[in-house]
Amino acid sequence: MNIPEDLQYTKSHEWIRIDDGTATIGITDHAQDELGDIVFVELPDEGDTFDAGDSFGTVESVKAVSDLYTPVGGEVVEVNSSLEDAPEKINDDPYGEGWIVRLRASDEADLLSPEEYEKVVEEES
Amino acid sequence: MAAEGLKHTPLYDEHKDLGARLVDFAGYEMPVQYSGIQAEHKAVRNHAGLFDVSHMGEAVFRGPDAEAAVQHLVTRDVGRLDVGQAGYSAVCYEDGGTVDDVIVYRREGDFLVVVNASNREKDLAHFRENTADFDVEVADESDDWALLALQGPEAAGLLQDLTETDLSGLKPFRFAWGEVDGARSIISRTGYTGEDGFEIYLSGDDAPRVWRRLIEAGATPAGLGARDTLRLEAGMCLYGNELDAHTTPLEAGISFAVHLDKEEQFIGQRALLLEDTEGLRKKLVGFEMEGRGIARHGYHVTSGAEIVGEVTSGTKSPTLEKAIGLALVDPGVDDWFEILIRDNPVPAKAVSLPFYKRDRG
Repeated sequence: MNIPEDLQYTKSHEWIRIDDGTATIGITDHAQDELGDIVFVELPDEGDTFDAGDSFGTVESVKAVSDLYTPVGGEVVEVNSSLEDAPEKINDDPYGEGWIVRLRASDEADLLSPEEYEKVVEEES
Repeated sequence: MAAEGLKHTPLYDEHKDLGARLVDFAGYEMPVQYSGIQAEHKAVRNHAGLFDVSHMGEAVFRGPDAEAAVQHLVTRDVGRLDVGQAGYSAVCYEDGGTVDDVIVYRREGDFLVVVNASNREKDLAHFRENTADFDVEVADESDDWALLALQGPEAAGLLQDLTETDLSGLKPFRFAWGEVDGARSIISRTGYTGEDGFEIYLSGDDAPRVWRRLIEAGATPAGLGARDTLRLEAGMCLYGNELDAHTTPLEAGISFAVHLDKEEQFIGQRALLLEDTEGLRKKLVGFEMEGRGIARHGYHVTSGAEIVGEVTSGTKSPTLEKAIGLALVDPGVDDWFEILIRDNPVPAKAVSLPFYKRDRG
């Protein structure tokens, strides 16, 4: 299971990278593997604002719908609209081309380190 | 994951060796996917896929009244079946609601009725309660049989290499006893995918060997996930989705399996005749999404502000690459409606079924 050292994580299987107050969010390798073939992504609009813990969209595999949660509050500054035509990027490259949304983070979040996230995954399986 | 109390088919070890993702289905720990639902789906459409469906239930009706008992229980006129022929049928309650959808096999001297795994106990109780006045024995042979489904355009070629039975003589919905790789089997030209293919009933002792032989010969192992997307593209009903105790087979669009003119009375016949005369209370429609989103089981169908039905099944079709679904709607609904996806009305349009029909050459 690929859990990059340079990212932070949530219990609901999102990853987050914060650079200069901008948070990039996606779902983890474990999450995409559990979901299977991802066929649809519902993205927020640029300018939408969310509080920490809000659902900001959904990813759907052939079988299941899964909500996406942001661990930080803030305004959406960019969405990965290429996922609308190629949602499988999330399966192929969850930490790279499969990123989902960028927020201007307005608050600090309680995030998991790679080691802590690895324990979450181990406890679930 | 804890799998306490779950039953295993004779192929459980094969699934584990293949790295399948296993889920609880009808009390069995069953493979939902191996390599991925879309890849398995496409393997069945273009080549050949192999499913373990050993969880299905097998009820055998034996005795002088076997035919009369089956006639009393099922909506199809099984008197029209030849020995060696199978037929899709519904089983109804007196009010026309559906107990199950089944395949009836007319064998030499008895009837084999194959039922959904999730309904096995309910069905067996229903069969026995309602045939008490008949001279018939209803045996639950579910645990005596393994069942493989080999499906796809290359299925016949693959299977022919492993059997002496002339498969070209076996037309759709015909079956014969034969040997597959030396294992005594019922070979049935039936399936649940919309492709040509076979269902092979054999003993649990032989099943793992035959399973491995078919995979070595080129069949792709396929799980319940692909089975569901394949049957949905083919416009086939799934009990618990399109069919249930509150939905009649006429409403679910399987009137081809209901012989209302059958001379021998069957349970539910009166209610179905009445509904046929007075008009359906709801009807099954196929639809494609016109807006973005995937309809799912249980989502509301709306027309303006009004709720006019409910989605029974929905997915992204791997073959058509469109979001498709089935819904039970008010009979007056026209061809344009909306599906309520997370409180958002998304346009959809009715299309004729099936969504996918194989090219029969």
